Amino acid sequence: MAEEQQDRRTPKVSWRNPSLLFELSKPGRIGVELPPVGVEDASLEDLLPEEVRRGEVEGMPEVSEVDVLRHFSRLSRRNFAPDLGLYPLGSCTMKYNPRVNEELARLPGLAHSHPLQPESTVQGNLELCWALEQILIRLTGLERVSLQPAAGAQGEFAGILMAKAALNHRGEKRKYILIPDSAHGTNPASARFAGFDVKELLSNDRGTLDLADLEREMTEDVAALMLTVPNTLGVFENQILDIARIVHSKGGFLYCDGANFNAFVGKASPGAMGVDVLHMNLHKTFTTPHGGGGPGSGPVGVCSELVPFLPAPMVEKTAHGYRLDMDRPLSIGRVRTFNGQFGMLIRALAYILAMGGKGIRQVSENAVLNANYLRKALEGKYHLPYVSDSMHEVVFSDKNQAKHGVTTLDIAKRLMDYGFHPPTIYFPTIVSGALMIEPTETVAREDMDAFIEAMLAIAEEAETDPEMVRGAPYSTPVLRCDEARAARQPRLRWTPEAV
Amino acid sequence: MTESGQQDGHRYLPTGTEDRREMLEMIGIESVDDLFRALPEQILLPSDPEIGGPLSDQQLRRYFGELDRKNKVGGRDLACFLGGGAYRHETPALIDSFLTRSEFLTVYTPYQPEVSQGTLQSIFEFQTFISLLTGLPVANASMYEGASAFAEGVLMASRIQRKRRKVVVARSIHPQYRATLMTYAQNLDLEVVEVGWQEDGTVDLAQLEQEVGEDTICIGLQSPNYFGVVEDWAPVSGLAKSCGALTLGVVTEALSLALLKSPGAGGCDIAVGEAHSFGLPVSFGGPLLGFMAATDRHKRSLPGRLAGETVDRNGDRAFVLTLATREQHIRREKATSNICTNQALCALAATVYLSLHGKKGLRRLAEINLKRAASLRRRLAAIEGFDSRFDAPCFNEFALRSKGSVSVLLKSLEEDGVLAGVPLGPDYPELEDSFLVTTTECNPPEELDRLVDLLQRRSVKDDTLPITL
Amino acid sequence: MYPSEYLYTKEHEWIRVEGDSGVLGITQFAQHELGDVVFVELPEVGQKFESHDEIGTIESVKAVAELYTPVSGEILEINEALIDDPAVLNDDPHTDGWLLRIQVANKEDLQELMSAEQYTQYVDEASD
Repeated sequence: MAEEQQDRRTPKVSWRNPSLLFELSKPGRIGVELPPVGVEDASLEDLLPEEVRRGEVEGMPEVSEVDVLRHFSRLSRRNFAPDLGLYPLGSCTMKYNPRVNEELARLPGLAHSHPLQPESTVQGNLELCWALEQILIRLTGLERVSLQPAAGAQGEFAGILMAKAALNHRGEKRKYILIPDSAHGTNPASARFAGFDVKELLSNDRGTLDLADLEREMTEDVAALMLTVPNTLGVFENQILDIARIVHSKGGFLYCDGANFNAFVGKASPGAMGVDVLHMNLHKTFTTPHGGGGPGSGPVGVCSELVPFLPAPMVEKTAHGYRLDMDRPLSIGRVRTFNGQFGMLIRALAYILAMGGKGIRQVSENAVLNANYLRKALEGKYHLPYVSDSMHEVVFSDKNQAKHGVTTLDIAKRLMDYGFHPPTIYFPTIVSGALMIEPTETVAREDMDAFIEAMLAIAEEAETDPEMVRGAPYSTPVLRCDEARAARQPRLRWTPEAV
Repeated sequence: MTESGQQDGHRYLPTGTEDRREMLEMIGIESVDDLFRALPEQILLPSDPEIGGPLSDQQLRRYFGELDRKNKVGGRDLACFLGGGAYRHETPALIDSFLTRSEFLTVYTPYQPEVSQGTLQSIFEFQTFISLLTGLPVANASMYEGASAFAEGVLMASRIQRKRRKVVVARSIHPQYRATLMTYAQNLDLEVVEVGWQEDGTVDLAQLEQEVGEDTICIGLQSPNYFGVVEDWAPVSGLAKSCGALTLGVVTEALSLALLKSPGAGGCDIAVGEAHSFGLPVSFGGPLLGFMAATDRHKRSLPGRLAGETVDRNGDRAFVLTLATREQHIRREKATSNICTNQALCALAATVYLSLHGKKGLRRLAEINLKRAASLRRRLAAIEGFDSRFDAPCFNEFALRSKGSVSVLLKSLEEDGVLAGVPLGPDYPELEDSFLVTTTECNPPEELDRLVDLLQRRSVKDDTLPITL
Repeated sequence: MYPSEYLYTKEHEWIRVEGDSGVLGITQFAQHELGDVVFVELPEVGQKFESHDEIGTIESVKAVAELYTPVSGEILEINEALIDDPAVLNDDPHTDGWLLRIQVANKEDLQELMSAEQYTQYVDEASD
C-alpha cells in the first residue's frame, strides 16, 4: 500500500536520484582553467618513451564546473549530518566541529608548508606541535606524546609496538595481549599486526573486568592489557587501580584505548590510573571533523619507560627554536610519512584553547550528564542490560521490543523518519541487539528531549504497529538497501558498459 | 596568550546552569560529581587543567596567525621546488566549498546507507576514479597516506601468498615508505630485501632477477621512483609472474597516472600510493590521501572500506558499504587490517578535483608538469658544475648533481628565498652529491628562470674547487 | 527438520556418510543464524586435513563462520554451484547447499558426532 503510494507520488525522473558523475559526461566540457605550459613545448613522444606512456584515460568524465557544483550539492542533500540534528553514534563522539578551526587550518603559512622544508622555515608548525604535545601531556599525565599516528587504530598499533620493543629491550619475549570481550575490533586487530596472540577476557555482570579472571590470565607471558576506559558499555572500570597493579605486578603494560577519553578529559588523569600507553582520537575527544570517515588523528602518549621507543621524528624545543629529532635509536620507526595529520593537529589545538581548562572539564561533565539524562528518560521503555553507572554513553538492548518482532535494526531505521541519525547498533557485541547512544556535550537539551520523544514513540509503535516499524524508513533518500545483493555480486565501480 | 573574561557558559556548550540543575533533578542526583563516583579519588585532577584559554575566535585567529607568520612557504614567502612524496598543486575553489559543507564535513562512516547516500556515492565515484587511473578493477575507499598504504599492500600480498616469506623492494622506493614497511613488518615473519638501481636510475633488473625466487611474496617498485625516474612496470611484473610472485606498484605522485602507463596495464597485481595531489594542500605532510587498488581476484584480501552498488526496497539505485567481513569490526584479530577511520574527506576532495579536471584537464595538467620539469632539468644540467644525476625520463621531479656541497648550496639558496630541492644524501649516502628538484604548475616560468639564474651564479667552473662541507 | 541419516557437529555442520567418503554441509540452524550468505570459501580438491582443522569460511553480510572438518581425510569434490550462487546455502542447506565431499579416512572420527535427535536437543538448548 505504502509502496504503491510512493510509486504514484514520486516522479520517475528527479534529481533526488542523481546520476553518477560519470554518467553526466559530455565531450568537450571541462571544469578548470589551466595555465599555459610556459616553457618550450617539447613533444610528449620525445619526453616519454612509448613503453611507459599511456593514452587518454578512458572513462574519465568531461564535465563543467557548474555540473560538478550541482552534482556534489545534490549528493550532500542525501546525507544526514550532526549539524542537522542528533547523531548519537555511540563510541564515535559526534560533537560540534567549530568552524573557526576550519578557517585556522587553512591559513596559508600552515596549509601550504611543505613537510620537507628546512626546520628554520617551519618554526610555526613545530611550535604548534610542541604546544599541542605539552597540553596533551598535561591532560593525560603521561611523559611524552607522539603526534604521528594517522588515526586511532594506527595509534593503537604504534602503542603496542612500543610495548613490544620495550619488552625486547628488557630481554623478554611475551606472547599475549589480553583484551576484554567488550573491546573495539581495532584492539585485537592491532595486537595481531604487532605479532601478538589475543586472549579474550569475559566481562562480569557489572560490565567490567573480573579481577579474579584478570589475576588468573595475567601471567608473565602477557605483554599488555588493552582496556577501553570507560569501556564500550560506557562503564568506568572502578577497580582501575587494582587492574593496573595486577598488570604491573607481572611486568606487563596497561594500554588504554582512549576512544572514550572525552568522558573524563580534564576531570581525571590516565597517568594517575597507572596507564602506560594511551592513544587519543583527536576526531572524537578533540572534535576534529569526522569527514565521512576520516581523516582522523591518533596521537599516542606513553610513560617514561616507553619514551625511547616513540616513533621518529619527535619535535624538540631547544635554545635556538624547535627541531625535529630523527635520531632515536630505540624508536619503533615511522608509522607513516612526515609529521602526522598536521591539519588535524591545528584543529585540535584550536579546540582545546577555545575551551580552556575550565571548559575542558565541563566537556566531560556535560557529556556524562547528557548521557545520564537520556538513560533516565528511556530506561522505562528500553531494556538496560547493564545497570552500572553510565559515563558518556549508555547501551540499551531491543529485548522489550523484540517480543513484538521489532529489532534494533528496525528501531534504528525508524529513528530516521523522526529526523535523527540512529545510534551505534549491534555493538558492543556482548549485548544482544545493542543500541549504543552517545549524545555528547554539544547537544542542546531540547534536541535530546525531541530524541527521547521519538524513542518513546517508537517503543509505542513497536507494540501497536510492529509491521510498520519493520518497514522503516519511509522518508529517506533511499529505503532499506539490499546489502546481500551488494556483497554477492559486488559492483565496486562504475563501468561504461553498465549504463 | 591572554585569558578571556570569566563567564559561566561556553559557546560550544548549550547546556546552561538552569538546564543542568533541572537535569540533575530529573536524574535524581545532587551534583555532577555524583555521576563520577565510579572514579577513584586518587585519579581525579585536583583543579582545572592549566592549558590556557578560553579563547574567542578573534584570539584564536591572533594566536594561529602568529604561528602562520613564523613559517615561510612556497607561493607566499619563497620559491619552493620541494617534492619527495608531497607535491604542491593548485586547488580549485569548489573543493573547499564542499569540504566545509556540514553534510560532508561533520558526518562519520556511512554505516546507515539510507541517510548516507551522499558519502557513499562519492566514495563509489572515488573508487571508480582510482580504478580508472591505476588500471586495476577494484579500489578501496582510501588509506591514511602512501607509506602505510604501501605497508598494507605488502601485508595484503603476504596474506595472498601465505606460504612465502620474502619481500623484494626497490631501494628507489620513497625512504619513508620503506621505513614504514619495516615498522609494520618488524614482528611478522617476513624477510625484506632491497634492490638497487642501475646507471640510468631505473631498478637494477639483474639484481632483481637474482633476488626473486619461489619464496618471493611480491616485488615492490615505485614509478616515478624517489629520484623522479619513470620505471617500466612490464619487465618487473613479468619477472614476478615467472616465479608466482605478485607485483606491487607504488605511485607517490598520482598526477603522473594521467600520462604514464598504469600499474594495471603494466602487469601489477596491487597498486598503492599517495593521491593528495588531487586537491589537497601539502599541509606539512598531512592529512594526505592513501589509495589502494587490486585485481578482481584479490578483492577479498583488500584492507579498508569498500562501497558497492545495490538497490533499495523500491528497486532504486543505492550504495552501501560492502564486503565488510574483511574488516576489524567484524573479523577482529583475523581482519585484513586494523584500519577503521580512513581519509574519507580527503577522498571527496580528490573526487571533486578529478571531476573538475576530467579526461582532458588532468592530462593537460600532467603535461604542464612534465614539460616544465623537463625544461628546467635541461637548463640546470647545462650549467657548469651541475648535471642530471640520472638519464632516464622523469615526470615532474629529477635528481640534480652538484659539484659543490649540496647542503651549502641549498642553505645559500634558502637565504635567497628559494627552496631548491630535497637533498638525497641523508637517505642515500652514495647520492650525497645530488638533490631532488620538483616542478609543478605552482612553479611559474619566472620561478624557473630565477632558479636557473641563481645556480648560474653559483656555477662551479673548476673541478679543483674544494667541496665545502 | 534435521535428516535422521546425517550426523551433526557442535559447530552446526552435518555430514552424510556414503561408503568411504562423506558429504559436508551446514545446518538449517546455522544458515538462519548467519543470515544471507554472500560468500563461501572452500578448500581445493586434493587438500588433506586432520579432523577439527579449519577448512574454509562462510560469510554473510555481517558475520563470518569458520568451517571445520569433523573427519580427517582428503577433499574429493566441492560444490562449485555455491561459488556462483551462495544463496543456495540459505534456501536449501541440507541438500542442494552441500559444501564438499571429503574422504572419511578414520571412521572413529564419526563417533564424536551427534545424531539428529541429539542435535535437535543441542540446538534447543543453544537457543534458550
